[in-house]
Amino acid sequence: MTINTPNGFTLDNTGKRIVVDPVCRIEGHMRCEVNVDDQGVIRNAVSTGTMWRGLEVILKGRDPRDAWAFTERICGVCTGTHALTSVRAVEDALGITIPDNANSIRNIMQLNLQIHDHIVHFYHLHALDWVNPVNALKADPKATSELQQMVGPNHPLSSPGYFRDVQNRLKKFVESGQLGLFKNGYWDNPAYLLPPEADLMATTHYLEALDLQKEVVKIHTIFGGKNPHPNWLVGGVPCPINVDGVGAVGAINMERLNYVSRIIDQCTEFVANVYIPDVIAIGGFYKGWLYGGGLSGKSVLAYGDIPENANDFSADQLHLPRGAIINGNLNEVHDVDPRDPEQIQEFVDHSWYTYGEPGKGLHPWDGVTEPKYELGPNAKGTRTNIEELDEAAKYSWIKAPRWKGNAMEVGPLARYVVGYAKGHEDIKNQVDGLLRALDVPVNALFSTLGRTAARALEAEYCTRLQKHFFDKMMTNIKNGDSNTANVAKWDPSTWPKEAKGVGMTEAPRGALGHWVKIKDGRIENYQCVVPTTWNGSPRDSAGNIGAFEASLMNTPMARPEEPVEILRTLHSFDPCLACSTHVMSPDGSELTRVKVR
Amino acid sequence: MADRILILGIGNVLWADEGFGVRCVEAMAETYALPANVRLLDGGTQGLYLLPFLEEADALMVFDAVDYGLAPGTLKIVEGDEVPAFMGAKKMSLHQTGFQDVIATAQLLDVCPKRLMLIGCQPVELEDYGGGLRPQTAACIPEALEIARQKLAAWGSPVEPGRTSAPDLADASIRRDAYESGRPSEKDACRIGDDRFLPGAR
Repeated sequence: MTINTPNGFTLDNTGKRIVVDPVCRIEGHMRCEVNVDDQGVIRNAVSTGTMWRGLEVILKGRDPRDAWAFTERICGVCTGTHALTSVRAVEDALGITIPDNANSIRNIMQLNLQIHDHIVHFYHLHALDWVNPVNALKADPKATSELQQMVGPNHPLSSPGYFRDVQNRLKKFVESGQLGLFKNGYWDNPAYLLPPEADLMATTHYLEALDLQKEVVKIHTIFGGKNPHPNWLVGGVPCPINVDGVGAVGAINMERLNYVSRIIDQCTEFVANVYIPDVIAIGGFYKGWLYGGGLSGKSVLAYGDIPENANDFSADQLHLPRGAIINGNLNEVHDVDPRDPEQIQEFVDHSWYTYGEPGKGLHPWDGVTEPKYELGPNAKGTRTNIEELDEAAKYSWIKAPRWKGNAMEVGPLARYVVGYAKGHEDIKNQVDGLLRALDVPVNALFSTLGRTAARALEAEYCTRLQKHFFDKMMTNIKNGDSNTANVAKWDPSTWPKEAKGVGMTEAPRGALGHWVKIKDGRIENYQCVVPTTWNGSPRDSAGNIGAFEASLMNTPMARPEEPVEILRTLHSFDPCLACSTHVMSPDGSELTRVKVR
Repeated sequence: MADRILILGIGNVLWADEGFGVRCVEAMAETYALPANVRLLDGGTQGLYLLPFLEEADALMVFDAVDYGLAPGTLKIVEGDEVPAFMGAKKMSLHQTGFQDVIATAQLLDVCPKRLMLIGCQPVELEDYGGGLRPQTAACIPEALEIARQKLAAWGSPVEPGRTSAPDLADASIRRDAYESGRPSEKDACRIGDDRFLPGAR
């Protein structure tokens, strides 16, 4: 049957059905089903979260000042972002302002997380969709050295001997049967296009990035008091500043600030000399493969983040842009109001929840999380072992959030499309530079590769912002302000009887919002709308498909039984299912199963 | 100089017995006065973030809930080279960058601690989001701590009863007592998933 969706896609589910479950190398658990035509081109896509979501309900009745500690635990990756979003929501509800230093430190931590996550995503979760580490064993180290010096002349690690050593180490690792990290690959699939030298260079940087990321996260240990799961505080940050101190427990002294400064420099160098050149080099080999754009050229959403000044979230004061673009009209960027009950709504007609009536959307403040698990009449298999979903009925544990009824893509590419459309100077310069380097038109941005490239550009932009806020904080401290927390409204007796608030951030993988209602000093309702809820959403009542689904449409697969192309595009969103849905797979199996029906 | 020993609790405290490892480490801090070369760490749901801590350790002791197909509430001790294989035997936690991958990565970078020990517990219940440890699982904690005490002595760091101030443990609001006693009632907060996740409901 052929269906034309309101958001401009033609779905045809008559062809061969391919089921990928679970999608590997992501946080959490997701499943994807597609139909391909007789040419192997994807003509229908169904994305589903196979875990139940329930963070909201366990926060009922808790102290709102503690919510960050719970939300930080829902995920294995963006813990700090959830905590930041949570304290912002509670501060918004209770009218609590934070001091300047707290704003700078929060920004440094949030930017640090962006940079860390983008690097780890590219090298450790996504690169293997483009780079073939087994092929790297065939590379000539001398030619690899020449390639390195050409694409990244400022990177000191570039000698033939260095690449030979890495190649030997890799060989030993592979021969010892420890392929572990590189397992589940389709290493002889024709979708891999790099020459062995580029594969060796990128695999070498996979190792360098591992070393670097160990250092990067130490910023969280310093400002958060501990890592993983750093500490946060409603009203500021929990680390006092005492520049003259010598190693007092918890206090930030000059020695620690210098350490932070060194890490910021390390990030800056790696991103400029390795990450960006790698993306351009790899992109050069794949620029003929511009699939996967999905909603990115049509409908994108960003809440914006990184306020220049404490407590000022107006759009023109945010370094990461805010705005919504719909129907591909880049000439008009709409402002986004998370409080407006008509703007952000979640629908559940195709999700395993119920609101009691069909077609209804609920704003997060009025959100309801009531499970209703039922399979459609055309589903195959049983309730406990689904062979094939029926996407005409309920088919996912992810709700379908919509902005004014539109399915939206969120994430680095969405932020960059919004920034570009708004004429944001830094973003525009970066994007134009990239397009020139790759010699591609601006439309090339609306692709899987564009998503991956936008993430790299954003990492670079974030390193500059990180330095900016470090300097800003140091100036402030030198001027005698070492205040990091406002505790004037810490005592619940100072709070109104009832209050509601919203906290927004840009998590590495996209727009993140927490909505809280407080009554008598306790949480009455808490709803998170996370980036992967936007991107991984199922169809809505009007039939709009979500961003994952849209991105897979019309992509040709070299070998349908080896879903390299599907993984490549889904991974480009940096999906994180752990917080958009919950519960582990029934058998805990990690290997991706692919079934062709 | 004494070996640097890292005692790591991993798992998600929001998932009932998945919190076993983190709760063991909290209990260690309440039970023993640990010397300075022994570090307690709440690893929570993290994967790669743990790498820098492994790098700084000569010996690693991990508490975790892992499925060995044993009777629920049974401890399983694994040492040395067998640790990574056992931890990957069956993935059941939300930390998808599984700890097995963290160890493999540490080995690839040649920073893996020389000595490894896993004190694992066969969980009773995982499918209870927002729930705490089941009594059978909680009852394993004293035995797990005693095994840890003996191993620390064998590793050249005998420990005395007492308390340890450990800054790397979970925030007070999410420690076991506060977390379990503050849980909303079943009436207020739905606790069920669906047929596939509910034990016995088929």
